[in-house]
Amino acid sequence: MESTTLPPQDAPIRKRRTRRLRLIAALPIAALALAGCTLPKFGAVEGDTTSSQSVFHLWQWFSVAAVIIGGFTFALIVWAAFRYRRKSDDVIPRQVQYHLPAEVLYTIIPILVIIGLFAATLVVENKVVANPKTDVTVDVLAFQWGWKFTYPGSYALVYGQTTASPEMVIPAGENVHINLRSSDVIHGFYVHDFNFSRFAQPGIKNEFTFNALKTGTFFGQCTQLCGLYHSLMFFKVKVVTPEAYQVWLKSFNTPAGIAAYNAAKNAASQQTSSHVDTKPTSSSGAN
Amino acid sequence: MKTESKILLSLGLFFGIMCAVYWRWSVENAGGVMMFAGMLLCFLPGSYYYWWSRRMKERPEDNPNATQEEGAGFVGTFPGSSIWPFVLGMGAFFSVLALVFGIWFLLPGLFLGGWAVLGGSGEGRRGGKH
Amino acid sequence: MTDVLNPTHVHEEDHGHEEHHGPTGILKWMTTTDHKVIGMSYTITAVMMLVIGGLFAEIIRAQLAAPNAGLVSLAQYNQLFTMHGSVMIYLFAGPFAFGALANFLVPIQIGAPDMAFPRLNALSYWLYLTGCITMLSGFFTSGGAANFGWVGYAPLSNSMNSPGAGADLWIGALLLTGFSAIFTGVNLTATIFYLRAPGMTMFRMPIFTWNMLVTGILILLAFPVLTAGLIMLYCDRHFGTHIFSVAGGGVPVLWQHIFWFWGHPEVYILALPFFGMVSEIIPVFSKKPTFGYKGMIFATLTIAALSLGVWAHHMFTTGVVLLPFFSAMSLLIAVPTGIKMFNWIGSMWRGQVWFSTAMLMSIGFVITFLIGGLTGIYLASPPLDFFTHDTYFVVAHFHSVVMALVLGGMAGLYYWGPKMTGFLLNEKIGKSQFWFLFIGTQLFTFPQYLLGLRGMPRRMAVYPHDAQWQFLNQLSSLGAALIGISTILFVVNVVVSWKKYPAGDNPWDGHTLEWFTTSPPPHHNFYRLPKIRSERPTWDYNHPEHKALAHGHNNDGVNA
Repeated sequence: MESTTLPPQDAPIRKRRTRRLRLIAALPIAALALAGCTLPKFGAVEGDTTSSQSVFHLWQWFSVAAVIIGGFTFALIVWAAFRYRRKSDDVIPRQVQYHLPAEVLYTIIPILVIIGLFAATLVVENKVVANPKTDVTVDVLAFQWGWKFTYPGSYALVYGQTTASPEMVIPAGENVHINLRSSDVIHGFYVHDFNFSRFAQPGIKNEFTFNALKTGTFFGQCTQLCGLYHSLMFFKVKVVTPEAYQVWLKSFNTPAGIAAYNAAKNAASQQTSSHVDTKPTSSSGAN
Repeated sequence: MKTESKILLSLGLFFGIMCAVYWRWSVENAGGVMMFAGMLLCFLPGSYYYWWSRRMKERPEDNPNATQEEGAGFVGTFPGSSIWPFVLGMGAFFSVLALVFGIWFLLPGLFLGGWAVLGGSGEGRRGGKH
Repeated sequence: MTDVLNPTHVHEEDHGHEEHHGPTGILKWMTTTDHKVIGMSYTITAVMMLVIGGLFAEIIRAQLAAPNAGLVSLAQYNQLFTMHGSVMIYLFAGPFAFGALANFLVPIQIGAPDMAFPRLNALSYWLYLTGCITMLSGFFTSGGAANFGWVGYAPLSNSMNSPGAGADLWIGALLLTGFSAIFTGVNLTATIFYLRAPGMTMFRMPIFTWNMLVTGILILLAFPVLTAGLIMLYCDRHFGTHIFSVAGGGVPVLWQHIFWFWGHPEVYILALPFFGMVSEIIPVFSKKPTFGYKGMIFATLTIAALSLGVWAHHMFTTGVVLLPFFSAMSLLIAVPTGIKMFNWIGSMWRGQVWFSTAMLMSIGFVITFLIGGLTGIYLASPPLDFFTHDTYFVVAHFHSVVMALVLGGMAGLYYWGPKMTGFLLNEKIGKSQFWFLFIGTQLFTFPQYLLGLRGMPRRMAVYPHDAQWQFLNQLSSLGAALIGISTILFVVNVVVSWKKYPAGDNPWDGHTLEWFTTSPPPHHNFYRLPKIRSERPTWDYNHPEHKALAHGHNNDGVNA
């Protein structure tokens, strides 16, 4: 770094400053070049839905920005503290209080970074909260302390609580529309491998759509504190092939399945008649 | 006084702008109302300070070249000690306990509170004791 | 000495004597209206709350060291983390900042004899103390303490889901401490606006005082909203209203709006005082003025202005908030915070950095806050918030921030403690405390970031064996244990150093007015005041030839 004595003229300072500026400008470019290869995962998972992968890439870009800015700032802190540690009791350094160019620089650069991050956020956000037309709809009802999954237009019904966690079956490669509600307190619908969570709330119907890329069973659970057994409120998401999904739906078309469906429906209508969703605020997030 | 009023007025102005933007795009009203109230809460003392700053002569603390002599003299009346804040605090404590354990806690609460209000205002008029 | 004059003639009500004759013993403590005594009471109470909240945290971390440790029941666990959050946020961090240190320092830093409303100040303390008692007494009721999280989301906090006195005691405690905070806010603002010494213009106030002014304004803007919300919640619980319940046509999400409209400014009400402390400490131990003093004030005001428009970033996953607005506003907060960060670095730049305990704690604050700030930027982006919301990532984020505040608060105690008590703390113990606290904090938070990214939700008393979360949880618990040791070291340090190392008036070559008076300061704070011509009157008095300058102006004639 620079010596502590003042340079005689302005020129060398300017030169050094442009060099430093060039260095700062080079960092994001280097990051871009890196992106051509593969960015590290920064601890997150890629996810198994189309939108989860967009979110994952956004995560990577935020992390690149955070690592560069954080690393640079951290280096500055450590450098400033150790390079200028006290050497003698009675030396009094130059009492510089203002350095306008530097102050403007570290106001402008964060603003530019923020604009970039916000733009990237908007792009991904629009993908994540989009509600395209779908064939598969699942009504999810969260309650203390379990989940109920029903499939409009069929007799399929899955529910369970705490130790017997239910399994939501959806087809791979199709847009699955979720109508999320809660019958009592606020719950959080969270599937780690989908990089997504949403509150299930009384009085609000939350809608979102995702498209699972591959088959498998994924782990989901309630994230929002909902009372005593919050820690045990699990569910699973089983992604199957569309054909297997149709077979699974049909498997409920037995007398026993229909009876169970009707019984649950009657119980639900009695239960919710006292607190109906008077004005279900449908949300796409972008409203 | 001018600086103080400028701070409050510019905060209020910013809240006003934010409130307008929010109100235009948002689907719920609570936030807009609260931001509007925040704006008013800044404008109220801010405009008072502004009004007052145009009428009063510059205070020594606003004068960058003031000497300590300019501030000499009467600063204010400060009580040496007072039991009434403690009594009032206990009154509030009991009143809050009434919210939890039953209305009868309100009796000592209101009694202590009332006593503290009377005692404290009397102390203010008499000029306090140590 | 010609420019030092007897500054303030305080009218004593009994036309009294310099020495103060009043009640002694416990009655003196109960009747005091001296901001310094109240500040000390606040400090002791707040540190006790830190210890109590810390104990809860240690139990929580012990429980989480195994998937199903069985140390506490599910119900007890819910009470523990609720009270941990409530004690730390409502009873420690805020009151420690604006009750303890600000109470003590703000009048002295601006050359005032006391707070503007001394009796109101005393009332603030009594409300705070009774609030602490009310909150903690929840454990002694039959149903236990409040158990719905420190945010008390409706409808979990209604009378059906959370019956019992604990929840009501929680509401009552927040009412008491809320009013206490409002009165302190009134007091701070009035004191700063009306009781400054001659020559102490607004743009000559120390950064700490500036931050306390902005904190005071934010308290006045935010806390009434919380108090109103609590009254609504109480009415819902007991008077049959349906403000937050769907059954009667109410809107549960309204509670979140109200709570976070208080809650996010509250984050800055907590943080700004500690920013202020560090902004004072770093320049003093670098022997330099605060770099970018005016930029620092501008940044503080910008944070305050933006803080009222970011509340719903806590509510992104509710699906009913205006995502781009809150995302943009929240991201923007990074800019003034970044300005502060670089100003702290600038204050050290080409200085003479003295690694005292207070300075080490401050550097620890800056580094930890950098981590907490950067992870905060992720959470301002709705898509990223969706997948980290209510996971340990969020927990780690705000613990990075609040542990930074603890480091800053410790820096404040090591730096101003000598002014408050007249005695220095042991530097050796202090430095080992720093390393325990700093390493403990990082070891505590980093595994939690990873846990969040691996999908562990917050507020879980037990977790599945097959989730592979145990090792990271154990690391985090180890970090918590180190933090616990650091707290014990602090208590040991206070006991060991008590009345051992006399501080003198100005042990650190301080900049601001509190270092001009005695340690501890006399009744009504000053026998004399220096001429105030910059934000560093004491420095100017001690080093008249070393004035602050801007880059490019080389008129000081002194080169180091």
